[in-house]
Amino acid sequence: MRVRADMPPGHVRTPGYLRGKIGWVERTLGPFPNPEQLAYGLNAQALPLMRVRFSMAEVWGDASETPTDTIDAEIYSHWLEPAEAPHAP
Amino acid sequence: MPHDHHDHLSPSGHPYRPDDDHPLTYWQQMEIAVRELLIEKGVTTAAAINAQIEAMDARSPAHGAAVVARAWTDTDFRAALLEDASAATRDMGFDIGPMRLIALENTDTVHNIVVCTLCSCYPRNLLGLPPDWYKSRAYRSRTVKEPRKVLAEFGVSLPDTTTVRVHDSTADMRYVVIPHRPAGTDGWNADDLAALVTRDSMIGTGLAKSPDAA
Repeated sequence: MRVRADMPPGHVRTPGYLRGKIGWVERTLGPFPNPEQLAYGLNAQALPLMRVRFSMAEVWGDASETPTDTIDAEIYSHWLEPAEAPHAP
Repeated sequence: MPHDHHDHLSPSGHPYRPDDDHPLTYWQQMEIAVRELLIEKGVTTAAAINAQIEAMDARSPAHGAAVVARAWTDTDFRAALLEDASAATRDMGFDIGPMRLIALENTDTVHNIVVCTLCSCYPRNLLGLPPDWYKSRAYRSRTVKEPRKVLAEFGVSLPDTTTVRVHDSTADMRYVVIPHRPAGTDGWNADDLAALVTRDSMIGTGLAKSPDAA
């Protein structure tokens, strides 16, 4: 999956350094109310939350300390789009 | 500042630190005003607020250590913990509230470390209050980029054969690391093992203590 590369203003729980990066779903966590709506007191829609795993090489490129180390982060489904995903090691 | 001691050392050899006395901030005043209003209007009581503060203070890394020690000694519990850490810790009798917890197991080839880059998410209900450095910008920004350097500064040097997995606790889950069980502890009971489990080892910035260091 690829994290959307958008940079919208407001309360967003998708870290900027992961936007546009490709990772694979490590596990799914079930539906959670969308924090981007919760933060403004709106009726929050329940969205699937995924734990997505990225390689350091994908996130930091040549600047990565050890390319095969990984970063896992929880990303809401509306922030993910299909991608030619790398295979889990 | 009238007294600037930045370049000087105290008689104990440590740098002077400025006093942190300061007038109440806007938000501190707001907290006092709201709290007093809630009490005045009978919504809550001073005793109820005190009880909640005491409950928060009573949470400590000892709870997490008991969970880890049980995972080391009870294979069924370990499996249940890795499957659903919220349910397993609740079954063990810990009141973790609505917290959704994931346990991450360190092995011979994997080392896990937890950070929250967006704020400072931390499993307070199981580990108590987070250390100040966990909330620092330096820890939060550096751990995702150079975890091995950060680990080395905590005194943990890992071989290249170990994969470092950074976990950015950005949303609804909280994390606890199950450190690797130290060598030389065969036959130890869970209570003795729990004394080897440090707070940092459950964040991933440390390792469990070895028996001779305990």
